Amino acid sequence: MNIALLLEMAAEAAPDRIALVCDGKRWTYGDLLDAARGAFELIQESEAEYVALLDESSEAAVIAVFGAALAGVPYCPLNYRLPDADLAALLGRVAPALVVGDEERITRIAGDQEHTIFSREEFTLKAQETVPEPDSREYDPGEGIAIQLFTSGTTAAPKAAILRHSNLLGYILGTVEFGSADEAEAALVVVPPYHIAGISALLSSIYSQRKIVMLPNFSPEGWLELVQTEAVTNAFVVPTMLARIVDAMEKGVAADTASLRAIAYGGGKMPLEVIHKALERFPGAGFTNAYGLTETSSTVALLGPDDHREALASDDPKVRARLTSLGKPIPTVEMQIRGENGEVLGPNEAGEIYVRGDQVSGEYKEKSALDAEGWFPTRDAGYMDEHGYLFLSGRADDVIVRGGENMSPGEIEDVLLTHPAIADACACAIPSVEWGEAVGTAIVVREGHEAPAEDELKALIRSRLRSSRVPEKIKFVEELPYNEMGKLLRRKVKDVLAN
Amino acid sequence: MKPGTRLKSAACDTEVMVIRCADGQIECGGSPMGEAKPADAAPLSADFSAGTLMGKRYVDADGKYELLCVKPGKGSLSVDGVALVVKDAKPLPASD
Repeated sequence: MNIALLLEMAAEAAPDRIALVCDGKRWTYGDLLDAARGAFELIQESEAEYVALLDESSEAAVIAVFGAALAGVPYCPLNYRLPDADLAALLGRVAPALVVGDEERITRIAGDQEHTIFSREEFTLKAQETVPEPDSREYDPGEGIAIQLFTSGTTAAPKAAILRHSNLLGYILGTVEFGSADEAEAALVVVPPYHIAGISALLSSIYSQRKIVMLPNFSPEGWLELVQTEAVTNAFVVPTMLARIVDAMEKGVAADTASLRAIAYGGGKMPLEVIHKALERFPGAGFTNAYGLTETSSTVALLGPDDHREALASDDPKVRARLTSLGKPIPTVEMQIRGENGEVLGPNEAGEIYVRGDQVSGEYKEKSALDAEGWFPTRDAGYMDEHGYLFLSGRADDVIVRGGENMSPGEIEDVLLTHPAIADACACAIPSVEWGEAVGTAIVVREGHEAPAEDELKALIRSRLRSSRVPEKIKFVEELPYNEMGKLLRRKVKDVLAN
Repeated sequence: MKPGTRLKSAACDTEVMVIRCADGQIECGGSPMGEAKPADAAPLSADFSAGTLMGKRYVDADGKYELLCVKPGKGSLSVDGVALVVKDAKPLPASD
């Protein structure tokens, strides 16, 4: 089965319904399917082995993903924020490709790689002009790879993660009901096209027939304005975006956001303060926290609107703590927490998160990371409580091992963040002659506060956690390094602390 | 027959995508479905004329068969003469 089926069904059921709004231009499901079929012709003609995108979100991303699917070549959106040298290396790994986007830059950095290069406008126009006769073409049956995404490489060089048609369809068919959105529904998509959430947003919106409203460049003002003018009902944001939106509203940026019914967030740790403020600012919206990875075709666990409301209203600290949870695995995914020797752990025991299901690819171009029974080790560390709520404590690679004792950075950071003078904190391993590794922390002091004394912070940790968690090194920094998706770059903090 | 096969009704416009199947005969409107449409349309059986709905998934009681309707029609689906039913959808909150 081919993911193009999702668009074909939407266009079959409602060819004239608005599917996409971008830069003021409106596209129907019928328009998009015609253009995807036109793109198929361009791709066939070019004899490209991949379709790559080096561009911000636009209609071209939708046309390229489905055109590539029809042609049976992987679609590979690239991170345009990468430096030239890194990008040239990634383009080299997909050559020869039909590349859509910044023509000048692609020619300059990869002009000798035998790509077929189109600007966004040219690609979109040609795809619309090249519509074949219906039923005159043999489209790919969809038994292979639909999408190849280079992982962000926060810990190592980018890996080429592979998502098959079957993985993506397993996710969409398992979680979205066809045509379930009413005509008023509109989803604001602000995640870049090279991120799994940016791709799954397109697929699930099209299959549910929820209109996509694209915001290619995020700004809190732009986001709020589009919510009002397009009467947006659904939105997905990463934590840093939500923090900036709430901040802008506090500073007086006004917009009518009454249309918002649902706000989903994910892609990084959401500070409690931000979610509390957001719940106040958007009283009419249900909040959903989604946990997923590139290798799992997006969401594998979620904390839904009812959980959020229950947690907020409860006096029970355990129920309130669910606001920091990732919720429960979705029904079509199995999840286990495993210990160091691969043994399955019980409730409240921390280990590595494993997942299994149709949507879980766990596959890289070089090799599959699945075990013999199809389980994927996420490299995320966490635990499930006795009610099945999943809590994340960080990347398995970030665990600090001090004298044989495993500690997660998250627990130390959570305690530090309770201090009124601390705005942000990162704990990570630093080399220790005595213990192998010890705890180092980088701390950002809140505006208008004095830096707390080191002894005070050490006493705070000692009073709340075991003494082994007390940091040996505390460094005050201006800010912590995050990537554009709001992921904390621990490797960089480690370097800073090591020097 | 394997998952991913697209089947057409001999009796109406219905088309389905096979998500899960076993060795039984998949029918629509009372006649066997096939990958190609027959030259002469089969009659629509009155017992299997409730219609199919776009995007609905149809399953049997044992969970051996699952068909996704990708084109609706007047016939209804069955396996070896036993009617399939619409799969209950438990909607999840939109997470992307």
